[in-house]
Amino acid sequence: MTDAATGSRSDHVSDAVARPGPGAVPPWEPLAGWRVRLWSGRLTFRVHRRTAAVCGLAVLCAALTLVVSLCVGAYPIAPPDVARALFYGTGDRLAVHFVNQERLPQALLAILAGGALGISGAVFQAISRNPLASPDVIGFNSGAATGAILVIVTLSGGAGAVATGAVCGGLASAFLVFLLASKGGVHGVRLVLVGLGVTAMLGSVNSYLLTRSSLNNAQSAHVWLVGTLNGRGWSSVRMMALALLVLLPAALLLGRHLRMLELGDELASGLGVPVDRARIGLIVLGIGLCGVAVASAGPIPFVALAAPQIATMLTRGPGVSVAAAGAVGSALLAAAHLASSQFFTALAWVGDRVGWLALVDDSQRNNQLPVGVTTAVLGGVYLAWVLFKRRGTGRA
Amino acid sequence: MTPAAALAPAPESGRDEEERGAARSLMRGTGLLVLVGVLLLLVVLSTWIGTKDTSLGQVWSALWHDDGSYTTDVVRELRLPRTLVGLMVGAALGVAGAVMQATTRNPLADPGLLGVNAGASAAVVFGIGVVGLSSFTSLVWFAFLGAAVATVLVYVLGASGRAGPTPVRLALAGAAVSASLGGLIGGLTVFNAASYDYMRFWMVGSLAGRDTGLVRDLLPFVAVGLLLALLMARPLNALALGDELGKALGTRVARTRLVAVVAVTLLCGAATAAAGPIGFVGLVVPLVARWLTGPDLRWVLPYSMLLAPILLLVSDILGRVILPEGELEVGAVTALVGAPVFIAMVRRRREVSL
Repeated sequence: MTDAATGSRSDHVSDAVARPGPGAVPPWEPLAGWRVRLWSGRLTFRVHRRTAAVCGLAVLCAALTLVVSLCVGAYPIAPPDVARALFYGTGDRLAVHFVNQERLPQALLAILAGGALGISGAVFQAISRNPLASPDVIGFNSGAATGAILVIVTLSGGAGAVATGAVCGGLASAFLVFLLASKGGVHGVRLVLVGLGVTAMLGSVNSYLLTRSSLNNAQSAHVWLVGTLNGRGWSSVRMMALALLVLLPAALLLGRHLRMLELGDELASGLGVPVDRARIGLIVLGIGLCGVAVASAGPIPFVALAAPQIATMLTRGPGVSVAAAGAVGSALLAAAHLASSQFFTALAWVGDRVGWLALVDDSQRNNQLPVGVTTAVLGGVYLAWVLFKRRGTGRA
Repeated sequence: MTPAAALAPAPESGRDEEERGAARSLMRGTGLLVLVGVLLLLVVLSTWIGTKDTSLGQVWSALWHDDGSYTTDVVRELRLPRTLVGLMVGAALGVAGAVMQATTRNPLADPGLLGVNAGASAAVVFGIGVVGLSSFTSLVWFAFLGAAVATVLVYVLGASGRAGPTPVRLALAGAAVSASLGGLIGGLTVFNAASYDYMRFWMVGSLAGRDTGLVRDLLPFVAVGLLLALLMARPLNALALGDELGKALGTRVARTRLVAVVAVTLLCGAATAAAGPIGFVGLVVPLVARWLTGPDLRWVLPYSMLLAPILLLVSDILGRVILPEGELEVGAVTALVGAPVFIAMVRRRREVSL
């Protein structure tokens, strides 16, 4: 993944702009990297060494987390048994079921959804030049929530139906926002304001639906709204993988425009970026990526916000790298999934040893914390830590 | 006149400028009076309209004499309290939003940005799920306390830097605390059906079922908050130009922000405790007030203080009559009524600015 992926941060500038003479070091050149030529020079890009390293490390972390989450749980399975269940489908029947039908698809889904969220966050933050931006700016998440709640409350639908409802709702509200905001071109501020109004209206509809339905339905809608991977199976993974097969290459291709767009429209078009086309393409991609993630796991908070920022911090690059944001997002969500699936098991373990800490009774032992809870809490702690760390610098 | 205008070199046609300024003030003053009239009309409508048909005369006499009749009970025990709560909550949210947007220099800042809503919600969930409370009155104080604790946390975190509580640090600290509390709320409510059941109704925001005692209890906090906010109008105007320039104009930056945060906490905490986390009002009303008056907070604050209860009372009255039976919570109606108007305004303006 790393080669093609890091190509996205190819120094587009150095290709698009007349290169300064030998000896002169342009301000955008300090990225140490390798130049890669494909198809006898028809496609050349630069691989930033540090970015490649970050991507590799993040992918490694995600893979390790995946292996660990196959083994541990309320029903611990030894690594050799996991391998036997995984590759031969033999051994303890429960182990085979847990590994193949629950732990593996959910862990894979965490990795895929995390990557999609990370990239979509990078896209929206760069386009709006706002480090706290998300697809919610244009009403996607609230529309998806309305769609999902409608399906859960009125049809009591399963995961597939809910996913379809969420995607339809999200796309419909994003389309509505665009329609209402466009008036001889989409103006940034108008888009944000209309998105805000539509989001508020959908929020009203959502709370109306939640208060007028049975507690049971409302509760399952609530779990979906928190964001969870529990109960997801191979069909979700297949859908997700198929969607990413199309969206990822497009994101990596268009992603190289992101750094230019971050400089502002005038400068970007001066540097040879087709600004309008690139922006619309990137918005569509961002919505698509966020959409598949929301469809499979609900509106998991914070990964889209934190992954691009952590990636930029680690790569020490001047702008965001799509590949690094995706890889870090994968690692983040995989880790959060592992933590939340082990939360109650860990609590019970502590309770068994320390009497007065027995917070979990037997009926709760097999509960799984929705992964959205973990990402929200950890995300908040992460932001607070960033604030605390920078307290001396005078910057935010 | 804004400080920016005051600083500008006197134009040659000084007299014209002065006349135009006077005309502008007159217009803004008239607008304010019109809004007061609309609000009074809505107060009358709010005590009059409802499922029980009453004549205006009956309402009038019921307000002054308690003759023990059913109509008097409906007016005095149901409609009057919710009207008063609507006035109080509306004024509080509108002003809190305007102060919040000025303090953080973010025109799209929500009064809940300081973690007030998240703190109040978390306290309510905790109160029901862990402490085992169930009465509305005890939960009101729990919510208020939660809002205050969350804001203090946000302020301490935001002000911990060498530069003090800069707008960006405050916003980030608010986002951090809100996110963590949101996660905790999610975790508690997913596994505790009772607290979720209360939560889903509380989260919408409603004025129904409140009594006059609630207004009496919370009014002091709101009054102090409103007073502090109005006193801060001038220094906040100066801070709008940036910390450096504000300091040069004689504003004590850190003290102004601290007082503003205290005002927002009192206003927003009391409003949220009384009616639940009503969104949209505190965010959009100050924005519209700014479009009407310009950036001077000495006008934006009174306009927000009147526009917000107008929106809230209209929504509450509509919510009572819109469904064939039962009623719709005010929090659900506000956005449905307000957002289309807001979107139409956004679309009509040729140049949209914040």
